Amino acid sequence: MTVTTEPPAPPHRGRPDADPAAPAAPAAPGKAVADATAGAPAPAPDLDELAGLRTVPARHPWRWALGIAALVVLAQFAHGLATNPGWDWATFRIYFTADTIVQAVGRTLQLTFYGTVLGFLLGAVVAAMRLSRSPILQSIAWAYVWVFRSIPLIVQLVFWFNLSYLYKRFGFGIPFGPTFGDFETVGVLSALGAAVLGLGLHQAAFAAEIIRGGVVAVDAGQREAAAALGIPRWRQAWRIVLPQAMRGILPAAANEVISLLKGTSVVYVMAIGELFYQAQVVYGRTGRVVPLLMVATVWYVLLTTVLSIGQYYVERYFSRGSQRSRPPTPLQRARAFVRSLPARPAPARTPDTRTTGGRP
Amino acid sequence: MTTLAKTDPAARPAGPDPAAAPVVRVRGLRKSFGQLEVLRGVDLDVPAGSVTVVLGPSGSGKSTLLRAINHLERLDGGHVSIDGELIGYRRVGDRLHELREREVLRQRTGIGFVFQNFNLFPHLTVLENLVEAPIAALRRPRAEARASALALLERVGLADKAAAYPRQLSGGQQQRVAIARALALEPKVLLFDEPTSALDPELVGEVLDVIKDLARTGTTMIVVTHEIGFAREVADTVVFMDGGVVVEQGPPAEVLDHPRHERTRAFLAKVL
Repeated sequence: MTVTTEPPAPPHRGRPDADPAAPAAPAAPGKAVADATAGAPAPAPDLDELAGLRTVPARHPWRWALGIAALVVLAQFAHGLATNPGWDWATFRIYFTADTIVQAVGRTLQLTFYGTVLGFLLGAVVAAMRLSRSPILQSIAWAYVWVFRSIPLIVQLVFWFNLSYLYKRFGFGIPFGPTFGDFETVGVLSALGAAVLGLGLHQAAFAAEIIRGGVVAVDAGQREAAAALGIPRWRQAWRIVLPQAMRGILPAAANEVISLLKGTSVVYVMAIGELFYQAQVVYGRTGRVVPLLMVATVWYVLLTTVLSIGQYYVERYFSRGSQRSRPPTPLQRARAFVRSLPARPAPARTPDTRTTGGRP
Repeated sequence: MTTLAKTDPAARPAGPDPAAAPVVRVRGLRKSFGQLEVLRGVDLDVPAGSVTVVLGPSGSGKSTLLRAINHLERLDGGHVSIDGELIGYRRVGDRLHELREREVLRQRTGIGFVFQNFNLFPHLTVLENLVEAPIAALRRPRAEARASALALLERVGLADKAAAYPRQLSGGQQQRVAIARALALEPKVLLFDEPTSALDPELVGEVLDVIKDLARTGTTMIVVTHEIGFAREVADTVVFMDGGVVVEQGPPAEVLDHPRHERTRAFLAKVL
């Protein structure tokens, strides 16, 4: 900053002689300033004179060049997708909505759903044990996470599939005491049951750590305030701590659900008719590998997209109170934009949709 | 049980009744964190309807004393009783049994606590913050809890903020909500742990005004603070702590203007 000697002379930033825009504004006579940094007296721009001038935004030629180059590469790839006969889009169209494939998508969703429910329920129990004050429960929970994080999912699945080799019969009763009823393991644990069990147990180890991470991240003052108010312990956990922990849990949990969705493809080793297995069966029969891999890929991407949108709204729900005002959803933003369209006389400049979208 | 929130200010005499039995009694309180002995035998009596202001340098054990009174800290020695009820223990014959958490939580509903950094529940609205404990801990009907919460918000001047989330409020407003939240349980005593220390200077006044108003209506309070002016104006008793013990206590005119102990004089010389 320079120091002005006369009150009417406006201050300016930097060295005017180094600024190519500066000579455009000639200094009025008698309004010279003593420029402490430049040493030599320099003409000061008259700010009043600048008022009516048009502002030219700075140009970024390299930004444009790189952007266009990237678009060209993308276009080339898209062109290849459309024209390379190897992709065989005709076959893709036939099988994308074929009954066997749609049924297989259902099976994949079923595995994901049961795996998620079992995984997160058990994970919540393990996390609660790990956070409890009982050293015995803490140790058991730690050991569970240690074991099930260590075993590769595929190894575990094959293990469960062969459970009937280890335990022929399976009974309910008093530990080390009499049993009230027992079943043949083969009958109780189908391939699908074994797969859900394997996925769920594997998922629970990761879910437990995610939930625990979310809970320990909640400010200790929150639990203290709840305790000082005499709020019962389960209610402290359920009403005060967990809703706040959810903000930390959700992004990681959504990651886990999505990787479980894709991870169900591993159960093809148990010959369960999920998406990837079914795709393999079809291309084994028809020899059209690439289009069927694309069928599976596009289905996985679609399902993940749905989950990601769900994640956005669940996270938004749990973010209440975390900001002074919540930003609008993309949908609200789009609606506000559409509403603003007829109100504008000319399509000259697009108004910032964020400001019209309800953000104060 | 005194229902403080509903008392008509005019019906109560200003200041404590000297004949009243102490609501809070503290005897020989000791507490260590590892090697550090934070409380080294603290005795304190707080009469019903009186305001006790605890002063002292940082690390003197003021906050720990408050946290020990409502059993947020487990004691290493000594006892606390509130309204004749032993806190944290039950006497059976010649033994003291440590209470289970559920019972301690029930006892805490009779002790209001206001934290330095408010500790409002950020995911709940102001009104939800206020009704949470009466519904969950005292099993009040929701409608009744709501009505008295709105009355309390009116009292701290925030009736229009019932639907706001805590982060939408200023620090001073948040602390007033926290005071209303503590009052919602109609406690026998209110403990304030440096209620204005996290506030910008221009917001301190509004919080102190609420506390002064409570003092006028005869709420029993223990206030840990650095606001000497507030102590002089509101306190019935000023307690000066240093090194984990009560160095001296008495009326503010005595302790603040004519301190008998060198340590009190040195402290006051620094803060006044």
